[in-house]
Amino acid sequence: MKKLINDPADVVSEALLGMAAAHPDRLRVDHENRIVYRKEAPRPGKVGLISGGGSGHEPLHGGFVGLGMLDAACAGEVFTSPVPDQMMAATKAVDTGAGVLHIVKNYTGDVMNFEMAAELAAADTGTEVLSVVTNDDVAVQDSLYTAGRRGVGVTVLLEKIVGAAAEEGRSLQEVADLARKVNDNGRSMGMALTSCTVPAAGKPTFDLAETEMELGIGIHGEPGRRRLPLAPAREIASLLVDPVLSDLPYGQGDSVIAFVNGLGGTPLLELYLMYNEVAQLLDRAGITVARSLVGNYITSLEMAGCSVTLLKVDDELVRLWDAPVNTPGLRWGA
Amino acid sequence: MSNMSKEVESFTDWLRDSAQVLHDNAAYLTELDSAIGDADHGANMDRGFGAVVAVLDETSFDTVDELLKKAGMTLVSKVGGASGPLYGTFFLRFGTALAGVKLTPAAIGEGLRAGVGGILARGKAEIGDKTMYDAWGPALDAYDTAVAGGGDLAAALTAAAEASAKGRDATVPLEARKGRASYLGERSVGHQDPGATSTTLLLESAARTLA
Repeated sequence: MKKLINDPADVVSEALLGMAAAHPDRLRVDHENRIVYRKEAPRPGKVGLISGGGSGHEPLHGGFVGLGMLDAACAGEVFTSPVPDQMMAATKAVDTGAGVLHIVKNYTGDVMNFEMAAELAAADTGTEVLSVVTNDDVAVQDSLYTAGRRGVGVTVLLEKIVGAAAEEGRSLQEVADLARKVNDNGRSMGMALTSCTVPAAGKPTFDLAETEMELGIGIHGEPGRRRLPLAPAREIASLLVDPVLSDLPYGQGDSVIAFVNGLGGTPLLELYLMYNEVAQLLDRAGITVARSLVGNYITSLEMAGCSVTLLKVDDELVRLWDAPVNTPGLRWGA
Repeated sequence: MSNMSKEVESFTDWLRDSAQVLHDNAAYLTELDSAIGDADHGANMDRGFGAVVAVLDETSFDTVDELLKKAGMTLVSKVGGASGPLYGTFFLRFGTALAGVKLTPAAIGEGLRAGVGGILARGKAEIGDKTMYDAWGPALDAYDTAVAGGGDLAAALTAAAEASAKGRDATVPLEARKGRASYLGERSVGHQDPGATSTTLLLESAARTLA
């Protein structure tokens, strides 16, 4: 294992110290509870937006705390859900009476820990908590007999759009409804060229030969559904875009936010090359790209590979997407 | 510590022994989890039970139910992932069921069943889903059978640990239907479930220490 670390056990706490040191103008960090807060939180009358999850997906979620996005993010160990104590502390700290929305990616551990936190917070202080669970990954079959689809790229777009709506002063119910609308209109698919190494494990989570790729990868180093021979970017783009397009389905005349996301170990040069392929496929399908996002926003440590997320948008969603945002991970208009 | 009841002492021994066994097997559990999960089960269980031992070092407990409930809250607070709420809820409900009860083998069996009921309420798993319940389910049945046949606590826990190990081994050919391994579909076949493995370690420890 070659990593810029001191001790595998200290990776998350030392990274949080670094976030606090790098962004004192925008963030404050509760190091004991491992919570990243927007500096000016809580904001009177504003619905509190909280997310969180395992570490190793940076900038998600701590890097999306700030104006126009999250009020707080709870950091778990690498690829491990945070614990209910953290979400309870964050929920109480950002609530000013307008209620709190929990944004949860659909993984068994995350859902269970957030559920326990919402139950405990309601019992303890009477804080009104609603939850939205993102589950946009078309690589996973959705059925009663599985854990359901994973929450991946749509989570980033949702935190931005819903954050803008909360900033406008919308009610908890309105914010939660909007969050569900975003989740319902977004789909993603990912692939990996390499595995990744969890610091505490010290070796790659799975082996992938030089000539192979994993299709349908998640963001925790869990293997995908199919292993295929490595192919040119043009073919990989089709393997990602086709199942996304047919799932919602997206059709001629639709407008989308097209999001090509790097998993942490792929250079922007390749991500833009992939975006070009994706844009051509969308053009051929008669789909208009209203807005785009290209870069490493929801990562899987140093994994090489990418995911494609399409979010079907109307004028309202585009307006909220364009609204000012000022976070370490996304910034425009502010 | 001096006036600690014999029962509190043996349940304390169980938690300490479990922590040691989970520490010794942390790399193994993580290796199992690497194959079909996200490579953190060993580290998480080790961290959680390490925190339980720290609590045992600084707190003395008058009753077994207080001890188990505190262990459960500690696991919920320290483990994370799915294992934290699952094992945490198990110890919380196990402890709650033992409050004010004479700790006969039958009562402990009912407590175990209440704890596993908590796991099912959180995780909604069924036998054959390739989860820790594939070890817990047969273990509870074997425990009850041993008690019904006149077995003492040692015999019942030994039977439970053996059934748990069989249940754990039986997860190997299964296709996962719950948890992160379910994302793999048929590629989860051929791997032993990490949760069923840690459950068996806990029950084997109970058979060594509680009787």
